[in-house]
Amino acid sequence: MLQNKSFVRKTKQGKVIKVVREHYLRDDIYCGASFCQNCDTKSARFSSPDSTILVVDTNVVLNQIDLLENPAIDDVVVLSVVLEEVKNKNLAVYNRLRALCSNTLRRFFVFSNEHHKDTYVKGMVGESPNDRNDRAIRVAAQWYKNHLGGPTRVLMITNDRENKRKATEEGISADTIESYVKSLNQPALLDLLVQPHFSEDMEIEDLRPSKKKVIYTEHKPMSEITSGIRCGIYHQGKLRVNRYNPFEAYVGSESIGDEIIIFGRGNMNRAFDGDVVAVELLPQDQWHTEKSLSIAEEDDEEDDSIHLAPNSADDAPRITNLPQGSSINSNIAPSRPSGRVVGIIKRNWHAYCGSLEPMAMPAGNAGIAHALFVSKDRRFPKIRIQTRQLGNLLDKRIIVSVDTWDCQSKYPSGHYVRTIGDIGDRETETEVVLIENDIDARPFSAQVLSCLPPLPWSVSPEDLSNPIRQDLRHLRIFSVDPPGCKDIDDALNCTLLPNGNFEVGVHIADVTNFVHPGTPLDSEATQRGTSTYLVERRIDMLPKPLTEDICSLRADVERLAFSVIWEMTPEAHVISTRYTKSVIKSCAALSYVEAQARMDDSRLMDPVTIDLRNMNTLAKIMRQRRIERGAITLASAEVKFQVDTETHDPLDIGMYQIREANQMVEEFMLAANVSVAEQILKSFPQCSLLRRHPSPTKEMLEPLLRTAASVGLDLDVSSSKSLADSLDQAVGDDPYFNKLIRILATRCMTQAVYFCSGDLSPPEFHHYGLAAPLYTHFTSPIRRYADVIVHRLLAASLGIYKLPTIFQDRPQLTSIADNLNYRHRNAQMASRSSIELHTIIFFRKRPTDTEARIVKIRANGFIVFVPKYGIEGPVYLTMRGEKGGGEWVVDEQQQKIKKTDGSIAYGVLQSVKIHMEVVEPQPNRPKLQLSLI
Amino acid sequence: MEYVSPEGLRLDGRRPLEMRQLRAELGAVSRADGSAVFEMGNTKVIAAVYGPREVQQRSQQLNDKALIRCEYTMANFSTGDRMRKPKGDRRSTEISLVIRQTMEACILTHLMPRSQIDIFVQVLQADGGTRSACINAATLALADAGIPMRDLVTSCSAGYLNSTALLDLNYVEDSAGGPDVTVGILPKLDKVTLLQMDAKLPMDIFENVMQLATEGCKAVANYIREVLIENTKQLENRRGV
Ligand SMILES: [Zn+2]
Repeated sequence: MLQNKSFVRKTKQGKVIKVVREHYLRDDIYCGASFCQNCDTKSARFSSPDSTILVVDTNVVLNQIDLLENPAIDDVVVLSVVLEEVKNKNLAVYNRLRALCSNTLRRFFVFSNEHHKDTYVKGMVGESPNDRNDRAIRVAAQWYKNHLGGPTRVLMITNDRENKRKATEEGISADTIESYVKSLNQPALLDLLVQPHFSEDMEIEDLRPSKKKVIYTEHKPMSEITSGIRCGIYHQGKLRVNRYNPFEAYVGSESIGDEIIIFGRGNMNRAFDGDVVAVELLPQDQWHTEKSLSIAEEDDEEDDSIHLAPNSADDAPRITNLPQGSSINSNIAPSRPSGRVVGIIKRNWHAYCGSLEPMAMPAGNAGIAHALFVSKDRRFPKIRIQTRQLGNLLDKRIIVSVDTWDCQSKYPSGHYVRTIGDIGDRETETEVVLIENDIDARPFSAQVLSCLPPLPWSVSPEDLSNPIRQDLRHLRIFSVDPPGCKDIDDALNCTLLPNGNFEVGVHIADVTNFVHPGTPLDSEATQRGTSTYLVERRIDMLPKPLTEDICSLRADVERLAFSVIWEMTPEAHVISTRYTKSVIKSCAALSYVEAQARMDDSRLMDPVTIDLRNMNTLAKIMRQRRIERGAITLASAEVKFQVDTETHDPLDIGMYQIREANQMVEEFMLAANVSVAEQILKSFPQCSLLRRHPSPTKEMLEPLLRTAASVGLDLDVSSSKSLADSLDQAVGDDPYFNKLIRILATRCMTQAVYFCSGDLSPPEFHHYGLAAPLYTHFTSPIRRYADVIVHRLLAASLGIYKLPTIFQDRPQLTSIADNLNYRHRNAQMASRSSIELHTIIFFRKRPTDTEARIVKIRANGFIVFVPKYGIEGPVYLTMRGEKGGGEWVVDEQQQKIKKTDGSIAYGVLQSVKIHMEVVEPQPNRPKLQLSLI
Repeated sequence: MEYVSPEGLRLDGRRPLEMRQLRAELGAVSRADGSAVFEMGNTKVIAAVYGPREVQQRSQQLNDKALIRCEYTMANFSTGDRMRKPKGDRRSTEISLVIRQTMEACILTHLMPRSQIDIFVQVLQADGGTRSACINAATLALADAGIPMRDLVTSCSAGYLNSTALLDLNYVEDSAGGPDVTVGILPKLDKVTLLQMDAKLPMDIFENVMQLATEGCKAVANYIREVLIENTKQLENRRGV
């Protein structure tokens, strides 16, 4: 049956046109009940004839998606009219609803009522689209009722009074979501309900409307925002809140071409991190009032947590927290535009992990309590929730969703979603880390696992006879990795040629031989993007059989590899490069320590040791050459835990030692990555996946320069080469000084990122840290998806396989690169959080005295860096609360804090003795405290 | 953008392998020797055929076969935004050429030397798949004019969106920017006379999409044959045979 839908639409140019679309009505749309006699039941979801089938309306889905996701709610009909409306209003909720519908464990069924011949309704004259859609929902509910009949009860769920009244009139049972949930007799479910107006009964003492304080400015209406953006008064962009200072946010605006800084929650005006907002610039004379604003306003929430020392600018606060009242800052700081949020164009609200602020159990009140939820991620404000299980929740990690934030409330209102576990419990906290960083740690689905080759797997005669594959089993190939490494993705060989040159091969696990484009396995890996390494566990990108067995280049077994083979002179000049798929048989899987020991033991003269020494010599030359080109030797404080295999508790903690053997392997991996980058870019200039490292701006290096200047060190940052040279010359009296300066330099730089070569011009491909014009990732395909893509590109460039179709789709390639950056970043954040978590667990029973370095001076003390444990945090000279104290003064120029009588002074980079101890100022909230001895 | 829902329905309610509703009418222009209106959903095309007749410009006359000329236009009111389209722009010149070449391949031109056949095609309403509709209308009009043909030529398009092959794209699907394969076939001889695509598609997917478009052509051919038979029956009735 055919219907024509006609409607009037405004085009982008502002012309009004009439659009006519065909709309086909069908008789092959089924009800989804497996007990139905008349319908095809292939994709049916409802199994029991005497259940209650719920027909939900759009607002119920939009407001109560957390409730719908709870398994207590099932047998739900999702009408296509509802889906469409939800999609237009909130894409995130739409995706969650879609996930529910496709989840075979749940009974959610999509009924395409808009294309069913009996349930399609035509808009009537004078009827608003909303009324028409409400009617469509009623018609569909009615149809279900008549169609299923028998013992099945069809219940329409709507909170719209008018719609409910009409439904009852038409003989359809209808109910509000609240009374339906109440009828289920599960009180905990009620916490999941979004309360329509609950901020009002919060301020019990302040009920008189005239007394209600307006805390935030009203958001501008949408029409005003759109016109304001068009004529340039407002600027649109995504708000990013500083991870380390939640009172500072940035909005990248295309119309200004610069980032607008937003200081303070007042100026952020209820916007959350990730929201798309409209911003108004503040008058220029207010651009530097930031400090007084943010600190005066919310002093009590200032960060005093001890955290892992940042490894790059992405981890560190963007603007250093200068002591209060210093005016020197304002004339050095570049004038960046600051602004305030006038409206929110698109919310990015989702669920947040955290815990309730400790509070006493309230008396009476029918068990309902109001509580403040504190997100673990400091970028988000506290959230008010209502709960009937306060006693249960106080010492738990919970997930909470946000519902509203009106301008009279200091904090947004939300509702409880679920409990993760006890605060401080390792497993609970690890799950929090995973959820916060959006890491999928679920086991692989059966679909994904079905893509794996049958086990036990071994190299087949077909693999050996395959003309694309070279047999390299005769070569003396070995791997060098951290001890206990099971996912070995690289192996090396170094053969002396008769002409005195060396043939050096880097052999990488041939993951793409098993992961084929378009398979469920491939899409899962695309989504995960990378493996995540936590202290006590690893979350794999690929299923374990591939990661630890089939792909892993273990010793004494034949494995498939993708090889880069150079002929090099003894001076490490490359004469030729070739790439081939291969079959190899590693003769030894060495750890860094073993390899180092072999090289150092002059008595050993076995072939592998000689190969190692030759490679080490070559690597040293290559490394020297790279440094001469201007590569910067970065340094970061990496810590290593020794974990109890039984209890997973940390037994020991210490700096990760970097040996020559590490550097040797790293050098060849860098070289392989560079060679592959050149090869793929030559063949596919438009769609290669590369990795670039942007040069740090002057502004980013500012904190480094200031610190260096205060100890009388002059760094030249005009190029990577000059910076590398001045870092080399920065040697102080003590041996650790140079390393410390390098660590400080490293944390000023941003991280390298993946990108699609078609999206940028060649000068932008540059990798600053490595001083390489081209770079990519090829050497770890087992644990990084970027390398999988690069393997496919390399294979295609050699004519081994066709390039998968995805590479022709630039926007999609770009979005894959973006996702890889996002996943990569999250995996790192998760590793860091995991280390922080284990650091606390470790020190809980072990108060320790150690040496620390002052890295930053504050008004009431200083921030120290503890090299041995890689952490940093504040040490207070004056107790918190006693403002200023009066006893201590800060010398901004010299970066020193002195006692007024001049008896004691502390300067930046100075070494101090500190005491580390875990304290519990509030029950169940352990934290690490540093104090001066 | 989701062009095929997880329930397997397209935006207009069709399933991926379904064609839009077809409708055809013969003899819409009484002055022409043959004419037809052909509709594929909301795409509506009228075709009129004049000839075989004397060649108007002597210099163009061919001594061994008939001269086929084709003119394609789009009515100003054929799309939502009414704008005056210049005659003979690149797109219409190209489509004129495509239609002429396709029709030439099936008209038995050698039977009508030194004559001329004019095919006029105008799009009355455009909603995707105009090329195919034009060819189908032209075939019907030629048959209506009684011009000897090797076989009917029918055409249909297919595309590939959301990793699904879709038959007979409408305007919304066509503007998605995905590949759009237009195929023309001689159904009885099972030969392809027209194949157009302006996008990149991997070979295996392309074969699928083309196969689908060919199936579409066959369905159109069946429909056109029915229309012609029905029309002949009516003519017989009118003449009282
Ligand atoms: Zn049924």
